[in-house]
Amino acid sequence: MSATLRVEGLSRHFGGVHAIADLSFEIRSGTVHSIIGPNGAGKTTLINLLTGVYAPSAGRVTLDGVELGGQPPHRFAAAGIGRTFQNLQVFFNMTALENVMTGRHHLERASLLAALLHTPRLARIERESRERSLDWLRFLDLAAYADSAADSLSYGALKRLEIARALAGEPRLLLLDEPAAGLNPTEAMEIDTLIKRVAATGTTVVLVEHNMRLVMGVSDHILVLDHGRKLVEGTAEQVRHDPRVIEAYLGAAGAPGAEPAEACDA
Amino acid sequence: MDSSVSSAASVSSGAAPSAGLRRVRTRHAGLAALAVVLLTLPLVAANDYVYDVAILVALNAIVCVGLNLLVGYAGQISLGHAGFFGLGAYGSALLAARWGWPHLLALATATAGVALLAFAVGRPILRLKGHYLAMATLGLGIIVAIVLATEDGLTGGPDGMAVPTFTIAGFAIRGEHAWYAVSAACLLAAVWLSSNLVASPTGRAWRALHSSEVAAELAGIDSAREKLSAFVVSAVFAAFAGGLSAFHAGFITPANASFLHSIELVTMVVFGGMASIFGAVVGAATLTVLPQLLTPLKEYEMVVFGGVLMVTMVFFPRGVVPTLRALWQRWQK
Repeated sequence: MSATLRVEGLSRHFGGVHAIADLSFEIRSGTVHSIIGPNGAGKTTLINLLTGVYAPSAGRVTLDGVELGGQPPHRFAAAGIGRTFQNLQVFFNMTALENVMTGRHHLERASLLAALLHTPRLARIERESRERSLDWLRFLDLAAYADSAADSLSYGALKRLEIARALAGEPRLLLLDEPAAGLNPTEAMEIDTLIKRVAATGTTVVLVEHNMRLVMGVSDHILVLDHGRKLVEGTAEQVRHDPRVIEAYLGAAGAPGAEPAEACDA
Repeated sequence: MDSSVSSAASVSSGAAPSAGLRRVRTRHAGLAALAVVLLTLPLVAANDYVYDVAILVALNAIVCVGLNLLVGYAGQISLGHAGFFGLGAYGSALLAARWGWPHLLALATATAGVALLAFAVGRPILRLKGHYLAMATLGLGIIVAIVLATEDGLTGGPDGMAVPTFTIAGFAIRGEHAWYAVSAACLLAAVWLSSNLVASPTGRAWRALHSSEVAAELAGIDSAREKLSAFVVSAVFAAFAGGLSAFHAGFITPANASFLHSIELVTMVVFGGMASIFGAVVGAATLTVLPQLLTPLKEYEMVVFGGVLMVTMVFFPRGVVPTLRALWQRWQK
């Protein structure tokens, strides 16, 4: 079900700015893998490279040995990579259910002609999509909003709706771009539980997040980025106590105060 | 998947049939309402003039229902759809009049030809977005209009050309009653097809593109391909209506393909309401009938027409049908 994502020598520059420089790492299947780093470290660029939103300037992105780098995002989706967005990218012109059904697009094999004539086969595909999508809405505690317009949902519900849409595509690897950003502490804790439940289904989870408490609590493995390069890689315990991480977050001057991981942990 | 999901699945399968049935009903409730309106008209129509206007409404509505798939649902602009309408009209007319093809075959071939053209032209220009796409489609429409006006050896140039009476298997469609029946049936078919399309994976893909292209792509939607299919489908609707209108009018001029006609079509869609099939029908009906009602005003006709457009868009900012629907839903609560 899940997959191994391998990144080799990945670079991406914008003009003279090297947002990601010669980055290599591997995300093993069935793990929760977090990517952290200070603002401007290149986390968003990396997630865009891992989903085809950006093409790499150099290097390779492979999923189970299949090269994906440079292909359009829909190929990444078809290969089994799903994602959510830091800034909500919900389809506000649809209901919650339709949003989730759209997430199944690459699983729905329907020709234009079948759609025009609403053939029995298409009706069957639609029914299956609707049922599966309702299941995902229930999974994310959104079933009550199935027929509500997406633009009538609260921010927290919209965050979960994006996750439901991504899961509906039955990804082998799910990238969550700051799922807890803008949520209150209770909602953030729900994300914690949710990530564990998703991981339990066998889906590999890649988490990009600022909330250290969340990251330290769920991650099997953490990659720390700084200035587009790999700073440290390891388990939560290894990363938490690494002096280079503390320095990257607080600056070389070593401003007073606790290290970020522990500060947030308190 | 964990146990909560699988247990939820068993619940949903029990509730699904009734929910499915309800969706089929809502999908076709509008269609039934439109059929009733179309069937009622002959009871109240006083003369051939009313039929003539009604035929015009139906043909415009077919184009607008198709154009709305592109503009309202997929969120891509076209200021050149009169070009497809004109090519459908001239293609049908030329095949029927100059080369003596069976009329239905001429209509089908012209429509298929326009589909191919839209496919070929759409691939490069649909990479453009917003104003740039508007410019490119505008250019396409203008080129078609110029070619139709200058190739006078073939098309008769600005003077236009005559089109024979529409004949299917020896049976001539003549008179306003027969044409009303044909165009009303075609409008119902157009609405049925597009209602199906909107409630399918393709329709969702188009609406997704309209809302967030990057999220659509990551749902596995090939945005280039889906934009192209919306463009081709809408061009086919326009070309088919163009062909029918040529046979109905019996005479066509390059004005069919003019820039002004393209703008009229987009205005109808926006006026009635984007991303609403019945909005497109209402828009086409209102903006076709209104000038007829305003003719007694003579030189003030266009002033009042423009005023009505402006006032409507101020009070119905999302178009007539979506705004009314939102008001109705609020009132029900």
